[in-house]
Formats: sequence, C-alpha cells, structure tokens
Amino acid sequence: MELALAPETLARWQFGITTVYHFLFVPLTISLAALVAGLETAWVRTGKEKYLKATKFWGKLFLINIAMGVVTGIVQEFQFGMNWSAYSRFVGDVFGAPLAFEALIAFFFESTFIGLWIFGWDKLPKKIHCFCMWMVSIGTLLSAYFILAANSWMQHPVGYKYNAANGRAELTDFWKVLTQDTTLVVAFHTLTAAFLTGAAFMVGIAAFHLMRKKHIKVMRTSLRLGLITLVIAGILTAVSGDSLGKVMFKQQPMKMAAAEALWDKEQPAPFSVFAYGDVDKGHNTVAIEIPGLLSFLAHSDFRSPVPGINDVNKSEQQKFGPGDYRPNIPVAYWGFRWMIGFGMSSFAIGLAGLWLTRKKFWLAPGLRTGDEEPPQLALTKNKVLGARLSKWYWSLAFVTLGFPLIANSWGWIFTEMGRQPWVVYGVLRTSDAVSPGVSQGEVLTSMIVFTALYAILAVVEVKLLVKYIKAGPQELTDSDLNPPTKIGGDSTDADRPMAFSY
Amino acid sequence: MQLHDVWFVLIAVLWTGYFFLEGFDFGIGIHTKLLARDRQEKRVLINTIGPVWDGNEVWLISAAGATFAAFPDWYATLFSGFYLPLLLILVCLIVRGVAFEYRHKRTEENWQRNWENAIFWASLLPAVLWGVLFGNLVHGVKIDAHKEYVGSVLDLLNPYAVLGGLVTLTLFTFHGAVFASLKTTGDIRERARRTAAVLGVLTLVPVTGFLGWTQADKGDGTSLIVMIVAVVALVAALGANKLGREGWAFAFSGITVVAAVAMLFLTLFPNVMPSTLNESWSLTVGNASSSPYTLKIITWCAGFATPLVMLYQGWTYWVFRKRIGTQHIADAH
Repeated sequence: MELALAPETLARWQFGITTVYHFLFVPLTISLAALVAGLETAWVRTGKEKYLKATKFWGKLFLINIAMGVVTGIVQEFQFGMNWSAYSRFVGDVFGAPLAFEALIAFFFESTFIGLWIFGWDKLPKKIHCFCMWMVSIGTLLSAYFILAANSWMQHPVGYKYNAANGRAELTDFWKVLTQDTTLVVAFHTLTAAFLTGAAFMVGIAAFHLMRKKHIKVMRTSLRLGLITLVIAGILTAVSGDSLGKVMFKQQPMKMAAAEALWDKEQPAPFSVFAYGDVDKGHNTVAIEIPGLLSFLAHSDFRSPVPGINDVNKSEQQKFGPGDYRPNIPVAYWGFRWMIGFGMSSFAIGLAGLWLTRKKFWLAPGLRTGDEEPPQLALTKNKVLGARLSKWYWSLAFVTLGFPLIANSWGWIFTEMGRQPWVVYGVLRTSDAVSPGVSQGEVLTSMIVFTALYAILAVVEVKLLVKYIKAGPQELTDSDLNPPTKIGGDSTDADRPMAFSY
Repeated sequence: MQLHDVWFVLIAVLWTGYFFLEGFDFGIGIHTKLLARDRQEKRVLINTIGPVWDGNEVWLISAAGATFAAFPDWYATLFSGFYLPLLLILVCLIVRGVAFEYRHKRTEENWQRNWENAIFWASLLPAVLWGVLFGNLVHGVKIDAHKEYVGSVLDLLNPYAVLGGLVTLTLFTFHGAVFASLKTTGDIRERARRTAAVLGVLTLVPVTGFLGWTQADKGDGTSLIVMIVAVVALVAALGANKLGREGWAFAFSGITVVAAVAMLFLTLFPNVMPSTLNESWSLTVGNASSSPYTLKIITWCAGFATPLVMLYQGWTYWVFRKRIGTQHIADAH
C-alpha cells in the first residue's frame, strides 16, 4: 500500500492517464483537420453542394474533438512542472525549446484560425475561409512535430551535453534534436497512424449512414475519401512502423527485447506470436514463434543475432551501476501486439472496402446505383446475396471505427513504459524526476480530480458525438451557399442573424 | 542587456498579453450572471468572445512554455510550488473551454444551464486565483537552498496576495464590462456601460491599495510612474465610459491591466521568485535561466513568431469588429 501510493507511482499514473486521454483526441484532430480542409477545397473548386455538406458535417465532429484536445493539452504542459519539477530543472534547457516553439508557432496558428473558421462563415469569402482551415491543419501538424521532437529526445537524447556545474542537460545542437532519425521516424509513424485513425472514423460513420440508407450522396463521397486515406495511411503506418522498429533495435535494445519477450540472445532470432513467461526467473514458459523473423525486423536479414532482455540488463548494469533495468515486460509485450493488431485490422477492413467499392463493381456504369439510391456493394452479381454482404461490411466498418484509437493508446503505453526505468533514456531515471516538494496528498488529489473530470467529460463527449453522428449532415441554407465576397461581411446585413453563434 | 533579461521582458509581455486578453474574456464570463438578464443576452455576451477566447488562452500556454524553455528553474519551482491553485485553475480552464464549445450543442434547458453555470464559475475562480498567484510571486515565498518551495498552501493566502486576487477579480470584471459595451448593441450595451461605471469605482480601491503597497514595499522611481499610469488610466477609462466613448474606455482599461502587470514585473526584476527565507536563495534571471545557446535559439523563434501572432490575431479582431445584439442570435438554441 505504502509503495503503491508513492508520489512517483501516482505521478506516473497521472502522466499515463492524462497522456492516453489527451491522445484519444489528438490523432482525430490532426487527420480530420486535413480531411475537412480537403473537402472544403473541393467545394471551393467545384461548387458541389455535397462537398459543403460534408465539410460542415465532418467539421462539427472535428470541433467536438479539438475542444477536448486543446483543454487536455494544457494539463500536459503544466504537469511537467507540477509533478516532475526535478525533470523540468534537469532537461528544461533542451526539452523546453521545442515546447516553446510549439506554443509560439503551432498553438497560436491553430487556436486563432479555428476561431476564424468557426465564426467566419458569414464574415469571410469562401477562399479565405478555406485557407483558415488549412492554417489550422498546418498548426496541428507542426504542433505534433515539435512535441514528437521533444519526446524523441527523451527516447534518444542527442545534441546536448551534461553540465556538471549546475547538474543539468544543456542544448548544444537544436537542429539535431529536430532532425535526428528518431524524431523523423516517430513523426512519420505518429502522423500516418493519425490519418489511419481519422480515416477509420470517417469510414465507420459513412458506413453507418449508408447502412441506414441516409444521406447517401454525402456519405458515398466520405466513404471513398475515408477508404483511400485509410489504405494509404495504413501502408505508410506499417512502413514507418518497420523503420521505427529498426531504429529502436539500435537505440533502445531493451524496449524491443521486452516487446518480443526475448530473454536471451538468439541467432537467428524468432518473432514471438504468443508468449507467457516468468519475469522473476527470466524465461518464457509458453512460446509460439516464427523462426528468423525478428532478425529480419531488426536487421533486414534472417540470420543476424538479436540481444535478449537478460543480455541488455547485464550490459546496462555494467554501464550504469547495479539495478534492474527491465521495464514491465508483459505490458511492453502485449502493448506492442495490441498496437499492431488493432491498427492492422483496421487497415485490412479499409483494403477490403476499397476493393469492394472499386469501379468495376459499385461504381461501374452497369451496376452503378444512382447518386441518391442506396448503394450496394457488388460483391457478387446476385442481387440478394450482394445486399446481404454489403450490410455485413457496413456493420463491420462501423463497429471497428475506434480500432486505431486503441492501437494508438497501446502504442504510447508501449513506447513510454518500454523506456522505464529511464525518463530520459540512459540519462535520467524516472525516480529522480518527480517533484520533491509535492506531497502524496497533492498528487493524489489532482489525480482523482483529473480522472473524475475526464470520466465525466468522456461521457459528455461521446453523447455529443453520437447525437451529431446520428443527425447526419444538415440541409444547407441560402447564406451557406452564398458566402460573403468581402472580408467582414456585407454592410447591408447589419441586423441579420449570424451564420454561426454559440 | 543580456539574453536572459530579454527573456524576462518577453515573458512579462506574454503574461501581460494574457491578462489583457483573457482578462476581458474572464470578465465576460462573470457578466453572464452579473449583466445578462436572460438566456438570449447570455448568448450575446458569450458570442462577443466566441471567435477569440481560444486564441487569448494560448498566451498563457506560451507564457508557460517560454518559462519552461528560458527559465527551467523558475518553471519548476513555480508550478510545483503553487500546485493546488494551479490545479484549480487548470480544472476551470478545462471546464470553461469545453463549456463554450458544448453549451449550444444540445437544446435541453438543463444542459444549457449547467454549462452556463460552468462558464460563470470557471471564469470567476481563475480571475481571483491569478491575482493570488502573482501576489505571492512578487511578494516572495518560502524557497529553500535547493530552489524548492517549502511553504504550505495556507502560506499562499497572505493579505497581500489576497488583495492581489481582489484586484484581478475587480479589474477583469470591469475590463469585461467595458468590452461588453464596446462589442454589443441595444439594451445590453447601455446596461454594460452603467455597470462599468459602478465597477470602475469599486475597482479603483483595491487597485490603488495593492499597487501602493507594492510601491511602498519594493518600488522605485520607474515603478512609481507605471503605478500612476495604471491609476490614471483607470480613472480615464471611467471618464470615457461616462462620455460613451467605448473604444477609448476599453483602451484605457486595457492600459490599466498592462501597467499593473508591468509594475509587478518591474518590482520583481532581477528576481523571478524571491525567497522569504533567505535572500540568497531567491531565483533570479541569472541563476534560473537556460544556457545562452538555448536562449539564442528561442529568441530567434520569438522574434519571428510574436509579431506574426500579433498581426493575425489583430486581423481576427478586425474581421469580427461588428457589434452583436440579441437580434443577431438565431432562435434555434
């Protein structure tokens, strides 16, 4: 009990809860911002109403998510100082810089242009209005990049030197922090996974409406956009994940050994499909393996050796002194598998969907259902069977719309817990990072308050999403279709109701 | 002037910007109960800050981020030392942000009333707490030789800091009333002006008292001038409000906020967090700052970004420059 409630443990739980919760909204926000900007651009270029309807519908869902993403993000920034003041003192010189960049460049972009976008429908000409959404999208991407650079530095510290005089890490090469391979690969992987998330969300909701034969025109367009994004993002997520794995084998061998429950060095090393082990004794009691595959994942050949947990633990003991340098191995092992499993099943569903709706079938002139007709996936030319199979696919796509969210959460849990006992790999231990002056009661209070608040807000958020998803795209009004041609709106409409108001 | 001095000024600018901007939007939040008579008027008030409150709040995020990067020790001591007040502020900012976005998304009476209450309380509490926090910051707190805060929560509730809380509360409420009279039209605009006239007088007392106390305690010639500017601007804001010159009134109430915050930072320098236990344990711009290299990098960033931010945020205010009245709000909500 004493240990379970130690301030360090509580601070770690709080960081974990806050981060995972924050990261439910971030990927949706990043991808939906870009997709909405794309849809609005399509409207500006073609003038087709379905694009405007889609822009407004997905824009609303985007706004519900960004509201939560923004407010939980402030907690992220504050808790470094509140719960991890020793960490902040030690790394502020390095870690603070990308954080300051994020605030000064990305957040201002995002928050200012989002206000213009929400309230600007009757104040801005449509091209400028659309430009605002692109600015929001760029803001979210930049923000992700800077924060991932900061996180990557914790995974693989570069471009700094230890200053013994004041006992802290000091930046020597900021460019290196921004462009080291870890940062680039992590940013690539996180952003592609974000697009996988938003696309699966879009596909699921479009499938839901198509299943109910509602809003067909808008949802057909959304479905295709979602499917194409899902497949491209899925492929890129796998590719970037593979490169990230290779980088980690080099930089954090312990994390990858834990992810594979590989206890002792093997040559060639097998990929573990299922393992059940005894952490204290340091071996697996049950293991199902694919020979050689791990060697391939780590080194791109089937023969090279891969060091195991016990080997890395020994070498770290030699380097950093006695101690246990193993992370929580079951969490790392299963976290890694849940991440890949949920992410890739979503990709597989997208691939199937893209094949089912390709030109030859659904969109082919002979079988094509009209714009307003309920579409049918032409899995077979048998009309009855085709309708049934279509329905199955719609249901499957709908129930799996949150799969990438689960994958993302496990991805972060794996990446953060796999680095333990280090908070900055090889440089600063997590136990040395907590705020020395903050009491157990204070951390406990804040953890209870945040967790309760998050739980309540989660219920609210889901209710709202369900309401707006069910309602579907709204009918357009004249003022929607005739946006102002002058910035600030026309002078003749002094007493007209605003197009958008709280 | 060394780079860490530049960053002291920049962080002061970010906080000043934050209090100038979010000051009036906290005030508007408070006025949803003080000034608005019915739901429609509440909505008018909320919509006056609708397009801008999010951008206003980023000044805080930037102030915190810049402190982390430029003065890691200041950031660490401040945030871990003022743990519970900051927790309360965070909860308020979360609830408030969500409340703006979610209040209108359902039409049920209960739903809307709950979020409206949330907007009021989550605007009022931070308005008080920021003053208490800054009161402590300037006055000094128990910091030990390891730069750690060793006081308790109750230590933060000393008379000077509580008076500081009263200053931010009244000043932001006044600033908000003046903003409301500037951004609305019709009945509510008149009422906002009358409310501002009363609030301005009520604000004058704690502002003069608190700044006078600060001056007596740590002031010099410069801070005295800034203090006089703050008080004169407040009187001028009252006069302009009386004459119906709303734009001027807002400019003057803004100058009061700017001058008051500037005075606090002036009396703080070169400390960033004075220690009441031992003067030599105080955090200063010298012993709490980052390395010159880091300061140089972020100076480039700020030099490039800050003017740009002011430019496009200014543009936002220009785009939404029209007044709002009940007739502009659609009935549906």
